[in-house]
Amino acid sequence: MTQLQLVERVLKPAVFIIALIPFAYLLWGFFTGGIGANPVNEFIRETGLWGLRLLLLTLCVTPLRRITGWNPIIKFRRMLGLYAFFYSALHLIAYLIFEAELSLVYVIKDAVYRMYITVGWIGLLPLVPLAVTSTDGMLRRLGGKRWQQLHRLVYVAAVASVGHYLLLVKADLRDPLFYLAVFLLLMLLRLPPVARQLSGLRSSESGRAAKGIR
Amino acid sequence: MLIRKPSDIKSSEITPESVYLNRRSFIRGAGSIAGAAASLLVPGSAAALATDPKASGETLDKISETAFSTEEALTPWKDVIRYNNFYEFGTNKRDPYDNAQDFKPRPWTIKVIGECEKPGDLDLEDFLKPHALEERIYRLRCVEAWSMVVPWVGVPLAPILKRFEPTSKAKYVAFRTLFNPGQMPGQKVPVLDWPYVEGLRIDEAMHPLTIFAVGLYGRVLPNQNGAPIRLVVPWKYGFKSIKSIVTIRFTEEEPPTSWNVAAPHEYGFYRDA
Repeated sequence: MTQLQLVERVLKPAVFIIALIPFAYLLWGFFTGGIGANPVNEFIRETGLWGLRLLLLTLCVTPLRRITGWNPIIKFRRMLGLYAFFYSALHLIAYLIFEAELSLVYVIKDAVYRMYITVGWIGLLPLVPLAVTSTDGMLRRLGGKRWQQLHRLVYVAAVASVGHYLLLVKADLRDPLFYLAVFLLLMLLRLPPVARQLSGLRSSESGRAAKGIR
Repeated sequence: MLIRKPSDIKSSEITPESVYLNRRSFIRGAGSIAGAAASLLVPGSAAALATDPKASGETLDKISETAFSTEEALTPWKDVIRYNNFYEFGTNKRDPYDNAQDFKPRPWTIKVIGECEKPGDLDLEDFLKPHALEERIYRLRCVEAWSMVVPWVGVPLAPILKRFEPTSKAKYVAFRTLFNPGQMPGQKVPVLDWPYVEGLRIDEAMHPLTIFAVGLYGRVLPNQNGAPIRLVVPWKYGFKSIKSIVTIRFTEEEPPTSWNVAAPHEYGFYRDA
């Protein structure tokens, strides 16, 4: 089995299943009471957290590729990004049904009066065009360059998602600050001089191996 | 400029405050007249104290029922003891349940100080001894938009506080939670300005609905619910109902309160639910 076959036939299906585990757990817990006394709140909270985690994992792919030189890792990026969208969409849907009770007036008022809701929308809405244009066909139609420009919206989504979390906690900022630190680290690794260093490091060490995969 | 409309409610239509404050007994009274005939037919069923088959812990004796209750469905014991905001034991809802089990609520001393004639340090038993335990079923509302109906066991504040003979300068009552990071691991993290403090205006504290709770579901108050003694003020949001109280202070000035210090715009001193 070649490396690409390993990725396509084993690793990607494995990641696909693993990323569904939180959803399965929440769904089970929601109906059995396994997620506590306030299942609606827990479902909203956990889907939001998994959306954020998967978004940050998606943003890990490129730096990891630079650091390891293992190019097939790029094959996971779309799936992780779509899972980030999946959990964020669940987060939104649960909010719309249980918190807003499908009232447009409530949703608008909430977005106007509560800063963390406003920022939450900024974190979520950009993911919609990214999910829509995630297919190979859309990539071809848009052209690589325009597609790439559009997909920079992921940074808007990520910074707003972290901001949403920071704004909504009452007093204990430790968890959101952890996610902020991860996000900032991932951004740091993207600064052109840092990114060059990471790639250069790799190619000088084992340039031949990296070329072999390419 | 504020443009005032003439009031559309005549003063004669306004319910007297005394009737309003006693509306439950007023309604009950009206109902009992109507129900008098019916009660001749149906044997009087004295409502038993609240129970839950899952409830555990030491039972409390001689709990009397009270007129101040509600017929709403009770929140099950398992939820009342596993879903708590008690940051002294962690900031997640289940943290208090997980982290408070080794907490030592006995022996417990309560210090009463400030604007009163008879301040003192009292052992919890002595603090409560002269008073009868009552069941009070109240809805506890949290600012986070959830609530639960809890059958507390406790004693109204008024007769207890009066024993210490607050002076005319006692316009407020301030309460303080134990500070002991060894026993309350959440206090190792400066999430709030420890120890937790809360306060009530003296008339709010003396209100017949305001109680010190020492139990729930007929059992000794579990650690995560604020053992051994906590405040319950049913018409105010949960953060006012301070837990694990060690100090009571009568003061002339409005005392600082923890959440108000942390986020003044969201947590006013008077935060009625």
